[in-house]
Amino acid sequence: MSEQNPAVDDLLKRAQGYHEQIGDFNDALVEGLYEDAARIADHVVAQGTHARKTFDETLDRILTSRTWGFPIMIALLGLVLWVTITGANVPSGLLADLLLGVVYTWLHQLFAAISAPWWITGFLVDGVYMATAWVISVMLPPMAIFFPLFTLLEDFGYLPRVAFNLDRVFAKAGAHGKQALTMTMGFGCNAAGVIATRVIDSPRERLIAIITNNFSLCNGRWPTQILIATIFIGALVPPALSGTASMLAVLGVAVLGVTLSFGVSWGLSKTLLKGEASSFYLELPPYRPPRILQTLYTSVIDRTLIVLWRAVVMAAPAGAILWTLSNITVGDANIAAHVVNALDPIGWFIGLNGVILLAYVLAIPANEIVIPTVLMLTLMVGGTAAGQPGVMVEFDTARQTAEVLVGIGGWTLLTGINLMLFSLMHNPCSTTILTIYQETKSLKWTVVATVLPILMGIATTTAITWIARALRLV
Amino acid sequence: MSQSAPGAPRTFPLSELKPGAGAVVARIEFEGLQRRRLLDLGIVPGTAIRAELDSPMGDPRAYLVRGALIALRNAQAARIVMTEETD
Amino acid sequence: MTVNEHTQIPLSHGSACATCPAAHLQRVGIDTSNADYVVALAGNPNTGKSTVFNALTGLRQHTGNWPGKTVTRMEGMFRYGDKAYKLVDLPGTYSLLATSEDEEVARDFILFGQPHVTVVVVDATRLERNLNLALQVLEITDRAVVCLNLMDEARRHGLDIDHRRLARELGVPVVPTAARQGEGIMDLVATIADVAASRYARHPHRLLLKDPHLVRAVSDLASDLQKMYPGLPNARWVALRLMDNDPRMVEAVRSGELADLIAAQSGQMGGPGALELASA
Repeated sequence: MSEQNPAVDDLLKRAQGYHEQIGDFNDALVEGLYEDAARIADHVVAQGTHARKTFDETLDRILTSRTWGFPIMIALLGLVLWVTITGANVPSGLLADLLLGVVYTWLHQLFAAISAPWWITGFLVDGVYMATAWVISVMLPPMAIFFPLFTLLEDFGYLPRVAFNLDRVFAKAGAHGKQALTMTMGFGCNAAGVIATRVIDSPRERLIAIITNNFSLCNGRWPTQILIATIFIGALVPPALSGTASMLAVLGVAVLGVTLSFGVSWGLSKTLLKGEASSFYLELPPYRPPRILQTLYTSVIDRTLIVLWRAVVMAAPAGAILWTLSNITVGDANIAAHVVNALDPIGWFIGLNGVILLAYVLAIPANEIVIPTVLMLTLMVGGTAAGQPGVMVEFDTARQTAEVLVGIGGWTLLTGINLMLFSLMHNPCSTTILTIYQETKSLKWTVVATVLPILMGIATTTAITWIARALRLV
Repeated sequence: MSQSAPGAPRTFPLSELKPGAGAVVARIEFEGLQRRRLLDLGIVPGTAIRAELDSPMGDPRAYLVRGALIALRNAQAARIVMTEETD
Repeated sequence: MTVNEHTQIPLSHGSACATCPAAHLQRVGIDTSNADYVVALAGNPNTGKSTVFNALTGLRQHTGNWPGKTVTRMEGMFRYGDKAYKLVDLPGTYSLLATSEDEEVARDFILFGQPHVTVVVVDATRLERNLNLALQVLEITDRAVVCLNLMDEARRHGLDIDHRRLARELGVPVVPTAARQGEGIMDLVATIADVAASRYARHPHRLLLKDPHLVRAVSDLASDLQKMYPGLPNARWVALRLMDNDPRMVEAVRSGELADLIAAQSGQMGGPGALELASA
């Protein structure tokens, strides 16, 4: 295969010679290409193609203007988030009623009818099925709303304008304007946000976008935030204002997340990921009318499949493990209780507790199962019969949840605040970790992306806790 | 950065092109990969470019190049040297 | 996160398929290696290339109006007549000359991957800018089809494009399409089939070089290349790449890989070996 052919060598040598002689002819080549292209286009196209449509021009002027650009951007993205949260409420409730109520009961009856042993029923129905059903009812509606909306914006051509508007802010933080898009996508799902970083050419800036994506509060973490805010923050103010107060608290956490993204980007660009700002080329495509029905159809199917996959592959095993841990007795208590008790001292130190820590370990596959796991563990460790049948317990009102957490679990306002912060700053879910590895092909950076947020989270909650204790607030 | 040698056409960096105004590329002060990237986008000496949009913070700006709207940071546009359109 | 990438979702055919021989066209969304022909899909970003890909293969690939990356290598299949065609979606690039990963992947595949047909998707509303890539592709391969996409947008903008004249200028078939509506897709498929089976006479456009030194250097090297590798269709391109010190090309010449490719190409279908070279 690699014969030393003298003719070949001579050819290569001459080519090298010409290369040195003529130098970089690329300019001439490209100029020639464009001249050719222009000539051909001239002969072939009946109308000048250089004028922009008035609609495009006017719209662009508004969307990137000094006065309207930013407000419109914030309003649009806020609208997408708001529609997702409120729009997902009813379907989630319906799905929960169906899957966690009707089907769950039916499954129990079925297993009883075939006289299945308690541990098979428990493992399959209370463990595997419940976790899967929970993820579907909590995740499917918001994902099926957020992503189609986002995709419509993308198809329309608006998203590059967002990157255009925000590039300067990101450049100052050592990152790339297109990170605005990946961050926004991360509010739907961090794994999707990580994949979206492919649009960033520079590896350095791409890594920054990947590592900081976790600070975008993904769909799976909103329920935790909203619930805890309602219970602990909403309770601080008169009932009439509690709804507003809790929403503001969640918003605050989300904004904190965005701030952290910038801060960590800046920090990374000064330390681990030092480098030059890359060149920035962004084409602002013409606006195209989105094919709404087509996009909605394909996007909804897409996200449904992804949620189903996640429920089966990630949540089901977590449910199985949780059930097993809670039903194998060693000594005087089940394994889960042992672990919780062992973790309690550490939990106390960092401002959380053993239940939360174990729940977060078990919820590595899927953030959305944190709350039900917490509830179940609290009940079990607190020794209440109410927790028995199902692994994933669902309560109808925040009040019931509050009773369990505060009454049985001994949670305080400090715990609530710490949990909200920890939910923002902890390791990415396993799907995201896998995706990060697939995209970076680097074990080192995957570890950084996984460990950095959780270190920040622990540091934050610990600091807050000890300051509060020092100030005698708790 | 504007030069006005007697008899020579006035040159100025693309980043200083007034909004809505047009000019012609005189030369590109980049080498290597960045140069090729710009050439590939159609920013070739002799190309007419019009400044179309400014982002809210003034940087980057978007330019109309052969029918496409290309956004460039000012630091980059500063190294694309333009000259007045001659018709 | 690969669940969605191989789901078979039939897209609407649009009005074009009421009378077309759609019965022959089956869309298979699975990647197999029993293909009779390999078709490469190239084009600038944001030309609706993904839509064309989806229309041909029925594969689920997001088609955003975002001039960035799609998945680096999407493959799909479609059948027409009694032949199976494997469609490889190359990264969207503005050019094949600059040394970025995308451009290398694209040009290496077209040259070393030996697709039977290369389809260049061009945005009808931005023809001048898009032709740059098309002209480069025509330097590398003469088995090409230009897909003049986004004709619906062109009509909306009031543009009138003489695609027959374009075909004459470029020397390869040009098929107007509006992939979003399914318009022109059947014509595209038929043209791809024709070119694959070499039923189409091709005299592709060749770039005019102006610098006399360059012209002389290129002819010198190109004629030698022709002598050493009879049957090399793009000696000028190879010469240009060698003069540009393209490491991949230098390596291919030195190691004899280029010779093997020419041997494999003459009369052959460009078997799996050729594809493996490009999958590195």
